[in-house]
Amino acid sequence: MRLSRMSRTLGVAASVALALSACGGGSGTGGGTQATGDPNKVITAYSNEPQNPLLPANTNEVYGGRVVDQLFAGLRAYDPNGKPVNDLAESIDTTDSQTWTIKVKQGSKFTNGEAITAKTFVDSWNFAALSTNLQNNGFFFESLEGYDAVSAVKKETGADGKTKTTPAPTAQTMSGLSAKDDSTITVKLAQPESDWSLRLGYSAFYPLPSEALKDPKKFGENPVGNGPYKMAKDTGSWVHDQSISLVKNPDYKGPREAKNGGVTFKFYTDPGPAYTDLQADNLDVTDVLPSNALKTYTSDFPDRNSTKPIATDSTLNIPGYNPNFQGDAGKLRRQALSYAINREEIAKVVFNGTRTPATGYAPPVIEGYKADIPGNEVLKYDPAKAKDLWAQAEKIKPYDGSKPLQIASNTDGGNKEWIEAVANNFKNNLGIQAEIQPFAKFAEVLNLRKSQSLPGLTRAGWQGDYPSLYNFLGPVWATGASSNYEKYSNPDFDKLLKEGLAAKTTQEASDKFNKAQEILFKDLPGVPLWDYTRPLVWSNHVVKAESGWNGAILYYNIQAK
Amino acid sequence: MIRYILRRLLQVIPVFLGTTLLVYFMVFALPGDPIAALFGDRQPPQSVIDALRAQYHLDQPFLVQYGIFLKNLFTLDLGVDFTQQPIAATLARIFPVTAMLAVEALAIQAIFGVLFGLWAGLRRGGIFDSTVLIASLVVIAVPTFVLGFVFQLVFGVYLGWAKPTVGAQADWGNLLLPAIVLGLVSFAYVLRLTRASVIENMNADYVRTATAKGLSRPRVVLAHILRNSMIPVVTYLGANLGGLMGGAIVTEGIFNVPGVGNKLYQATLRGEGPTVVAIVSVLVLVFVLANLLVDLLYAWLDPRIRYEA
Repeated sequence: MRLSRMSRTLGVAASVALALSACGGGSGTGGGTQATGDPNKVITAYSNEPQNPLLPANTNEVYGGRVVDQLFAGLRAYDPNGKPVNDLAESIDTTDSQTWTIKVKQGSKFTNGEAITAKTFVDSWNFAALSTNLQNNGFFFESLEGYDAVSAVKKETGADGKTKTTPAPTAQTMSGLSAKDDSTITVKLAQPESDWSLRLGYSAFYPLPSEALKDPKKFGENPVGNGPYKMAKDTGSWVHDQSISLVKNPDYKGPREAKNGGVTFKFYTDPGPAYTDLQADNLDVTDVLPSNALKTYTSDFPDRNSTKPIATDSTLNIPGYNPNFQGDAGKLRRQALSYAINREEIAKVVFNGTRTPATGYAPPVIEGYKADIPGNEVLKYDPAKAKDLWAQAEKIKPYDGSKPLQIASNTDGGNKEWIEAVANNFKNNLGIQAEIQPFAKFAEVLNLRKSQSLPGLTRAGWQGDYPSLYNFLGPVWATGASSNYEKYSNPDFDKLLKEGLAAKTTQEASDKFNKAQEILFKDLPGVPLWDYTRPLVWSNHVVKAESGWNGAILYYNIQAK
Repeated sequence: MIRYILRRLLQVIPVFLGTTLLVYFMVFALPGDPIAALFGDRQPPQSVIDALRAQYHLDQPFLVQYGIFLKNLFTLDLGVDFTQQPIAATLARIFPVTAMLAVEALAIQAIFGVLFGLWAGLRRGGIFDSTVLIASLVVIAVPTFVLGFVFQLVFGVYLGWAKPTVGAQADWGNLLLPAIVLGLVSFAYVLRLTRASVIENMNADYVRTATAKGLSRPRVVLAHILRNSMIPVVTYLGANLGGLMGGAIVTEGIFNVPGVGNKLYQATLRGEGPTVVAIVSVLVLVFVLANLLVDLLYAWLDPRIRYEA
C-alpha cells in the first residue's frame, strides 16, 4: 500500500492506507526462554480509532488493520521474517500458477461455534469482491477469473461534466472460485501468477462467519473471528474514541497462539501522550513514536527498545510529462538527480537512523531481494558525477530553470525536513533552484498526481501488502496499475513482470522481477530513496516486543511480567 | 423575567444559523477531497469513493449540503461521521467528558481565584499580595502547552501522583490534572480581576457606611465588598465557560482526553463538515446559555439591575 504520510504523527493520519498484517508464526522469540511471562495478563498497546467497521476486506488503514489481524486467521500467516506459513490451509497446490487447489484444515471454528469450511472462504471472498458491497480491499481479488463481472461499475457523466461510477455487477459470484467439497477450494486466475498464494495471509482473504454477510455493518462493530484473540465482551468491546479490548481465544491453535491474556488497544490522537504513558508504565507498547523522541528513545528506554527493518520504502517520483526530464537529456538529468542525493547523511541526520539508504525498488526484507541489481549504482552519492551528467544534458537540451524545481508533499507528516535536505542537495550539487511545494493535506497532492498536473517532482511511499517483490513493482510501476499515478509505462518492464508471474518457481519469479528492476533503473520513473526501520518501545510490564516483516507489532508474542 | 429569558432564547436562532453556515462554509472551503484523503496512495475502486461521496452529499453544491444538514437537524438526525459512527452518539460521548473537564476547571479557577484575589485585595501591598501578583503573571506568561507537558511529566511520570493521560478513564479524579492546567491561566485572570475589584470597593461609600454601622468585619467583607466585586468576575467566568468547552483542544491533546477538543480537531483536519458543525452548534448553545446565566446572576448580585421585557 502506498503511504500517505510518512510518519503517522497525527491520529488523523488515519488516512494512512497501510494494511498491516500482524501475522507471524512459528517459534517463540529469541532469548525468551528464561523470561517467565504471565500468560493471563492483558497488555495495552497504542492505537487509534479505526476508520471503518472491523470487516477484514474493508479495513485498509493501520488502526483497524491491527485489530482485524488479531481477530482473524487466514489460510496462511507470515512469520516474523515475512515467510508465509500455513495457518488454516492444509496445502496449497498448483501446477501452472493459474489453477490452485487449496485444502482447508478441518475442525476449526469461529468463536461463535460456526465451522470453517471451504464454502466459508468462497462466500467471504465473493462478498469482498462484489462491487455493491463497497469493500475497500475488494480489488485484492482482481486476479481471479470472473472478478471483472462482480466488480463491474456503471459510469455516468452528470450535467456538470463530472463522471460518477456506481456499482453494477453482472454476476454475484466469481466464476473462477468454487468449493468442491467441505475442505477443497479451487481457484482459477485470469492469468498465471506465481506469487498469488503469498497473498493469502493478507486480511482481505480472511474467512467471515455467515452472520457477517447478512449485516456487515453490525458485525463490524462486534466482529466474531477465528484468530488468536476475540472481543473481550460478547456485546462488543469497542468503546469508540477510547479503546478496543481483546482477550485470548483459547480455541485458536495456529502459528500465532497468544502468549498473553489479551490486548487492550488504547486510542491516542497523538503519539506524544502515549510516549509519556509508556514512561510512566501506563501503556505497554507503542510502534508510533513522536518525532522528537526519535533521538532519545534509546536512552529513555535503555533495555526496552528494538528497531527492525520493515517492508516499506520511499521514492522520489519524476513525472514523465515534465518536459525537463524527457528524452535523452531527461534521462541524464534523472540520473543526475539520483546521484546528487546524499541518502546516507539524510537517513542519519534527518531520520535519526530510522531509514536506510535504498538499494532497489523493493526493501531488503522481501524474499528474492538482490543487493546488486545492475544500474543501482545510480543510488550512490556522487556529486561530481551528478554535476557531470547534468552538464551533458545541458549540451543536448538546456534545462528550463525559469521556475524552481518543486517537490510536492503534504507537510503534516514530518516530510518537510527531508525534502528540504534533498532540495539542498540539488541546489548545491546541480546548481539549480529547488524547493518543497507544500500542501496541508495529502489529498491535495494526490489530486495533482491523479490529474497529471504536478509542476515538479513528488514523493511516494509503499508498504508491502504481502511479502513479495511483485507487490513492490506491479501496483506501482506496471502500465495502468492502480497506484501508478504518474502513468509510467514500459512494455519491456510489463513483459518481465508477466513472465515473473507465470514462473514455475519463486526463484525464477524473483529473477524476472529483479530483471524488471534493471529497466526501472534505466528509466528512473522514480528515484528510490530509503527503506524503513520501525522502532518500538515497551514498558516494564512486558518482557519484550518485536515487529514483524511489515512493521506490525507481533502482539501475540508479547509476554507480560 | 420569563419573557426576558424567552426573548434571549429566541435570539439563539439567528446566532445559530449564522455561525453554523459560516462554519459549514469554512469546512467546505478546505482544499482537497476529504473522501480521497481517507485513503492512502492506494485508493479503493472509484465506485467506493463515489458511493462515500454520495453518502455524505459531497457531490452536491455547498448550499444544498448545508440545507440537507439543517433539514436533518430538525428531524434530530445528525447523520454519520467519516468513521461511519452516528454523530449524535459521538456527541453524547464526548460532551459529558469535556463538560466535566470544563466544570472542574471552572470550579478551580472560580474558587481559588476569588479566594486568593480577595485575600490579596484585602491585604494590598503585603507579602501574599506581591507573591500572588508575580506568580499569576508567570502563569499568564507561560503557554498552556508548556504547563501541560511540565505537569504531565512532573506529576504523572516522575512523582506518579496522577495518571499522565486520561484516555478511557475520564472520571473526575483523572481529569483533575488537565483541569488544573486548563484552569490555571484563567485562574490568574480571575485572581487579578477580583483583587482589583475588591481594592476599588474597599473605599466605596457603602463599605464605609457598613463599617460605621458596626457590622462585623466578615459580614462587611462577604456581603458588601465581595458581593459587589463579583460582577466583573462573573462576566469573565461566564464568557470563559464557552471558551473552556471549545478551547480545551491543546489540553485535551496533551492529556489524551476523549472530548470535544480532540474530536473537533480531528474532524476539522478530515474536512468532516457535519461533525464540525454539530460540535460547534452545541458550543454555540453553551456560549449563549452561559451568557444568559451571567446576566441573570447580575440581578442577584446587584438588585438594582432588573430585567423587564
